[in-house]
Amino acid sequence: MRSDRRRSPRWERASPFTTACAALGLLFLHMPVWVIALYAFTTEDRTYQFPPPGLTLHWFEVAFARSDIWAAMRLSLLVAAVATLVALVLGTLAAFALARRTFRGKESITLLFVLPIALPGILTGLALLAGIRTLGLEPGFWTIVAGHATFCLVIVYNNVVARLRRIPPSWVEASSDLGARGHQTFRYVLLPQIASALLAGGMLAFALSFDEIIVTLFTAGHERTLPIWFYNELFRPRERPVTNVVAVIVILVTLVPILGAYWLTKPEGDRG
Amino acid sequence: MTPAIELRDASRAFGNVVALDRVSLAVAPGEFFALLGPSGSGKTTCLRLIAGFDQPDSGCVLLGGNDVTNAPPFARDVNTVFQDYALFPHMSVAENVAYGPKLRGVPARERRSRAHEMLELVRLDGFGSRRPHELSGGQKQRVALARALINQPKVLLLDEPLGALDLKLREEMQTELKGLQQRLGITFVFVTHDQGEALSMADRVAVFSAGRIEQLDTPRTLYVRPRTAFVANFVGSANVVTAETARELTGRADAFAIRPELIEIVAPGAPVGDGDVVCDGVVVDVLYHGATSRCRVRLSSGTVLAVDQPDAAAAAALTTGSSVRLTWRQALAAPLEG
Amino acid sequence: MGTSRAFSLQGRSAFYFALLLAPPLLWLGIVYLGSLLTLLLQSFYAIDEFTARVVPEPTLATYEVLLTQPAHIDIIVRTVAMAIAVTLASAVIAFPVALYMARYAGPRLKALFYVGILLPMWTSYLVKVYAWRLILAKQGIASWGFEQLGLMGALDRALAVPVVGGPSLASSYLGMFVVFVYMWLPFMILPLAAALERVPNTLLQASADLGATRGQTFRHVVLPLALPGLAAGSIFTFSLTLGDYIIPSVVGAPGYFIGMMVYQQQGTAGNLPLAAAFSVVPIVLIGLYLALARRLGAFDAL
Repeated sequence: MRSDRRRSPRWERASPFTTACAALGLLFLHMPVWVIALYAFTTEDRTYQFPPPGLTLHWFEVAFARSDIWAAMRLSLLVAAVATLVALVLGTLAAFALARRTFRGKESITLLFVLPIALPGILTGLALLAGIRTLGLEPGFWTIVAGHATFCLVIVYNNVVARLRRIPPSWVEASSDLGARGHQTFRYVLLPQIASALLAGGMLAFALSFDEIIVTLFTAGHERTLPIWFYNELFRPRERPVTNVVAVIVILVTLVPILGAYWLTKPEGDRG
Repeated sequence: MTPAIELRDASRAFGNVVALDRVSLAVAPGEFFALLGPSGSGKTTCLRLIAGFDQPDSGCVLLGGNDVTNAPPFARDVNTVFQDYALFPHMSVAENVAYGPKLRGVPARERRSRAHEMLELVRLDGFGSRRPHELSGGQKQRVALARALINQPKVLLLDEPLGALDLKLREEMQTELKGLQQRLGITFVFVTHDQGEALSMADRVAVFSAGRIEQLDTPRTLYVRPRTAFVANFVGSANVVTAETARELTGRADAFAIRPELIEIVAPGAPVGDGDVVCDGVVVDVLYHGATSRCRVRLSSGTVLAVDQPDAAAAAALTTGSSVRLTWRQALAAPLEG
Repeated sequence: MGTSRAFSLQGRSAFYFALLLAPPLLWLGIVYLGSLLTLLLQSFYAIDEFTARVVPEPTLATYEVLLTQPAHIDIIVRTVAMAIAVTLASAVIAFPVALYMARYAGPRLKALFYVGILLPMWTSYLVKVYAWRLILAKQGIASWGFEQLGLMGALDRALAVPVVGGPSLASSYLGMFVVFVYMWLPFMILPLAAALERVPNTLLQASADLGATRGQTFRHVVLPLALPGLAAGSIFTFSLTLGDYIIPSVVGAPGYFIGMMVYQQQGTAGNLPLAAAFSVVPIVLIGLYLALARRLGAFDAL
């Protein structure tokens, strides 16, 4: 591949200007993440002084000893797990129903299945709050889960439906032709094909839910997820470096599923 | 004898498009049967009704005398080789081939040995542990064949089985499929848009056009006695002579088709035999085809006839604008309906 | 039509279809759509000024309050201006990145670019906002960087500009603008790169063959074909900026934005009808934006 590119004429290669801009753009996207990682180790605990006067692991120790952080973390993980589970079931059902069929009104239904991520999050949040109040419900764990499951469902649906549409109809026919009942075709042909899409969709949904703040602020009531804890720290900081440490933990917790999902949804040939 | 497959007045429409219009046909056991036609002519719909992937809107499908019109594919003693082979990418070649027996609960050990036998049959022994994406087009085709034959179906359906292969391989596979069918004695039904393929492989051919069977005959009859202008043109090349032109040429207003290789070019004014048609015209162009040269001649009536000239030297002597005389034996022409 | 159709991709069995679709459809229909309709309904209620309670009678009073108070108009204009500025800047910055990854990078480098964009895109939203507060703070990295480059004077002059400036980057619209652009940049790059990737190489070769310089090819071939990608990306940047309420409250000058107003009205102010009416504004604006983009032919090349 590389040798091919070396031989390509000059005008088919990127200009130095484009290359420089592309590199700077990528740098711009990554810089803040590294800054947070660096600040988690700073010895300065009052200002955001740069460069940090010294580095220490002390704040990790402090953070791990804080029970409020652990409680928020537990809640966030639980919410993400339950919301992902609900989203996996509902999203997969919807994907199977809508992957190939054409019928009247299908466009409105598919629109409904992208709306929760297409419309601004604040709208979803406020709408859910209005719904909760109208029904006279008490906001709490289950209202958070309901909100998260709604947009996580869309993520799972998109992942699974994209994979299902890539499965040629002839595979299902071939399986049936060779003697498979519906459940056997599902078990032996469809499930292996969509497994990685399910896993990827689930991981993305988990990461999205774990990190969600915009909708959650409306639906959480008195519950405090980790992002809400973080949000409160932004306005009423107790110990700034501890916030930095939590930021790094949040990045790590979301990074793993996202990288996993990326690897799972790559085209077959690219997989290293 | 009960036909292996029978379609009775089967119709199928998709929205406003009529894919199949009251089609009836019967395929004898052990026959190599071809469904030939251009795309959209209904041949694939016909195959899908037999396989059970689709149901007719009206009419019925019988297999070995039993009505299976609404039976699902897994309940039919029929297996299919798909156009895109439809090999499962997450299974090895052996697992693909053993899929049918697995569904029937055949023990793993027996499954393996039967898959091995089938792979031997299609000359792919040793390929069992490969993945479908590691195979060439021709090899995939053989795996699909082995997978479809392992259940020992009474009927094997092949949907454009050679369409994705290159010319050389296609010719090889034609011989191989024919040999396989004769050895196994199974009824083969295959769909193709390639008339050469249908003529060389099939015992009988159903020519489809616009959802109907235009003609159902042996390859030889189809070629020598096409009954409609469509068949004459689709199977081989032909000069279709309209009733009006026919009256000028033969004195009788009956449309007919005459193959280019049956027309002879003679010198203007040359004597001709009794009962032969004679006409004069001007050469439009000459195309060299190797074994023959295709010469197009415009008659005084304006009709253009194609003539195959086997003698390359004689063909080379013909130039655009030169006057020629054409002649053929009218007994060899095929009268057309309508 | 028996059980064979249960998982068939193109089966015709209405029963199984309904069985599959009903649970997700009910969920979205009741939980989501139901809530949205409730919200819309709320915007047609008004709050009783003395009792501070919502009066459940249809009225346009809340919309009147929304559209007649100059402070509210200011908020809408401010938000739209920011959304437009952010969209334009994102497009300019995203273009070379998308162009490079779509057209010039080899397969490995391209994969690296994708990961390089997806990672920050999916990194915690809140953490990124927080990171920018650290970066833009008075003694933070930004000022340090400007100082190292000897550009402190330029930064001071930029912060001295009325309206966009402020005491520090972290408390100015300029800083907020930078954060917005940063947050939504991946949403512009990805559709743009997808659109550019679909341009066949032969088109560029044909253009060069016909005598176009690199610049002419870009202007007459690449840019028009990238327009659908730009349009898609700009819908993201535009709508995300309109709806955000966290970034304006963490970074920037004290002026209110639509999202902040929604959050504040439903919360501390307790005026759900006004919050609802304010939340309708982004939808209307996005609708207008879509109509405009269509009118300008942004989707014609799709």
